[in-house]
Amino acid sequence: METVLKTSHGRTLRTEEMVINMGPQHPSTHGVLRLELVVDGEIVIDVIPHIGYLHRCFEKHSEHMTNYQQVIPYVDRMDYVAAMNNEFSFAIAGEKLLKIQVPERVEYIRVIMAELQRIASHLIAIGTFGIDIGAFTPFLFCFRDREKILDLFEMTCGARLLYNYIWIGGLSHDLPPEFIPKAKEFIVDFRKTIKEINDLLSYNHIFIKRTANIGVLPADVAINFGCTGPMLRGSGVNWDLRKNDTYSVYNKFDFEVCVGKGEFGTVGDCWDRYMVRVNEMEQSLRIIEQAISTLPEGSISSAIPKRVRPNPGEVYGRAESPRGELGFYIVSDGTGTPYRIKARSPAFVNLSVISEISRGYMIADLVAITGSIDIVLGEVDR
Amino acid sequence: MAEWILSQFPDSILGYVIIGALPLLFILPYALVTIYLEMKMAAHMQDRVAYMRTGWHGTLQPFADILKLLQKEDIIPTAADKFLFILAPYLVFIGTYATFAVLPFSSQYAGSELYLGIYYVIAVSSITVVGILMSGWASNNKWSLFGALRAAAQIVSYEIPTALALISVVMVAGTMNLQVLSQQQSGGIFDWYIFGGPFPIVKKLLLIPIMFVLFLIQLTASMAEVNRTPFDIPEAESELVQGYNTEYSGMKFAIFYLAEYANLFVVSAITVVVFFGGWASPFGNYLNSGGWELFWFVLKGMFFVSINIWLRWTLPRLRVDQLMYVSWKVLTPFALVCMILVGLIVVSF
Repeated sequence: METVLKTSHGRTLRTEEMVINMGPQHPSTHGVLRLELVVDGEIVIDVIPHIGYLHRCFEKHSEHMTNYQQVIPYVDRMDYVAAMNNEFSFAIAGEKLLKIQVPERVEYIRVIMAELQRIASHLIAIGTFGIDIGAFTPFLFCFRDREKILDLFEMTCGARLLYNYIWIGGLSHDLPPEFIPKAKEFIVDFRKTIKEINDLLSYNHIFIKRTANIGVLPADVAINFGCTGPMLRGSGVNWDLRKNDTYSVYNKFDFEVCVGKGEFGTVGDCWDRYMVRVNEMEQSLRIIEQAISTLPEGSISSAIPKRVRPNPGEVYGRAESPRGELGFYIVSDGTGTPYRIKARSPAFVNLSVISEISRGYMIADLVAITGSIDIVLGEVDR
Repeated sequence: MAEWILSQFPDSILGYVIIGALPLLFILPYALVTIYLEMKMAAHMQDRVAYMRTGWHGTLQPFADILKLLQKEDIIPTAADKFLFILAPYLVFIGTYATFAVLPFSSQYAGSELYLGIYYVIAVSSITVVGILMSGWASNNKWSLFGALRAAAQIVSYEIPTALALISVVMVAGTMNLQVLSQQQSGGIFDWYIFGGPFPIVKKLLLIPIMFVLFLIQLTASMAEVNRTPFDIPEAESELVQGYNTEYSGMKFAIFYLAEYANLFVVSAITVVVFFGGWASPFGNYLNSGGWELFWFVLKGMFFVSINIWLRWTLPRLRVDQLMYVSWKVLTPFALVCMILVGLIVVSF
């Protein structure tokens, strides 16, 4: 977009595009993402994401463990704000490989944990999205309630961020007796917080002005790029693995899949993606409520294999993480360690669409778009 | 008061130096209090308690912050334009500091009872734009440059609605002298210009709605002029890192900071003088002597400073084009209409 202007003296003035780096050290790239921007003034002409700053060779490391159980702490460190969901997904793949049927109680506790983790993860997504738009206060409200979830996790397994809780075939600990009353208390409190967030941020006029009609991701583009999770649902596609390829005991619970409706702009804009997350928190609360009230008794460790030595073969297990479809492709050669593990990371796939949807918007909008994608660089780079 | 100080030092420049330094007596304690106030207000809005450890409820923390900034290494980037880089923060501060010359802190003290008071404030406070542009350009950092250009566009645009709003009040009052403006409103709360000023009842009633709109325009525009949320796009930390002062550290950064807080008080004080009676007591002649005048002035000023802080921690940030939209398509037309209405009222009554 080069323009040539003539001055009154006949000399020519040229305007050029500017290349500018956003990150890896930048407040709103949510970690160490580097976006190479080509800008014309404030308008973004092109975005080239550069990743790999947080690459920790998770997949290669996994091939050199002494057994499958040792992979789980590594899985935790992929998407470090939703570690429970990562473990859940890996456990599903591992159990599929070993053909283990886990007890009902284990499945219920896993669902409770996964949904609590989904709320915690969405709280970070919503809070940091608010910061990207310039609202600082909702972020702290979000973290205040995330703290309560972390307290529940700490009470259960002793860890607050990286749990090593969901094992292949079972769990590391049973729920402590005070968990259920505390969780019920949390559900009551958290409904108030959702309302508070809606009042303070979701329906704020400036917030809507900043996010509606920005970064519109049409449904066909989303599908072509393989986007999943709130990114895909924000574009109006009703696709949730918990319903569409149901796993664990999700088919026993009554909940809705939230999709973007384009209330204040076009379907698939930043506001829709944001709102899908807010609504999903309410649905997660519903699932937790039902799971707590129907929690069966039983053992949590009866199905844990003494020694994991699967038959040669390969398997793909997937689950709905807060960011989308998180899948593990495991190849076994019959020994105690995986021959190859490949993680299908939703954040990585979702990030790939950024240059497609942010061309022509302003730098401030690009920040909003990056925030609405909700990437975790630990998972993008692995 | 100025005459009295000058008479103590005849044939000497010392008197002028003392008069010139007097506002510092106010700015420095004010900055400390406001830093503390901002942190505490923000914290209590966000379910936190802010600093609690340095002194009683963390009251000594602002001192510790300043001490820390004094000790910090003063970094000048190698590729920076050294002269401009060093000059810029002082220029920004000068622009703010100079406006203190005309602020009437009480009926006894105003640095200068300039007849063109409001005109002077609008003119002099624009110097900060030069400083900000200079700092952004001299830093040799693309993000800083973005911040500086945004700041220049923003401050220049928002001066127009501010000036129009102030001019409308000047038309009613018939003076630009801030001291005279305050004196006109000293007959109690209903003589303040936000309530129509010291006029007969019909004129008052006609003026009240217009004054209220003008006040809102002035409040919004002044918030934009001091670059605070929701108009903090020049230093939008989530977009531009820290805008024009990204590359600054140590005392230079502290001076930017000080200038920002001082500027916050200046715009609040102008709002107070023009619409809320300046140093005048809300109870007419009651509690309206000597020290009380200073008390009322600072109290009212701090009230508007608090409103700024409150909004900063509540609202998200506008985008750069939305910011321009607000200025040119909302505030300026409204201010123009108000000005015409005020003109009609002044002519017919």
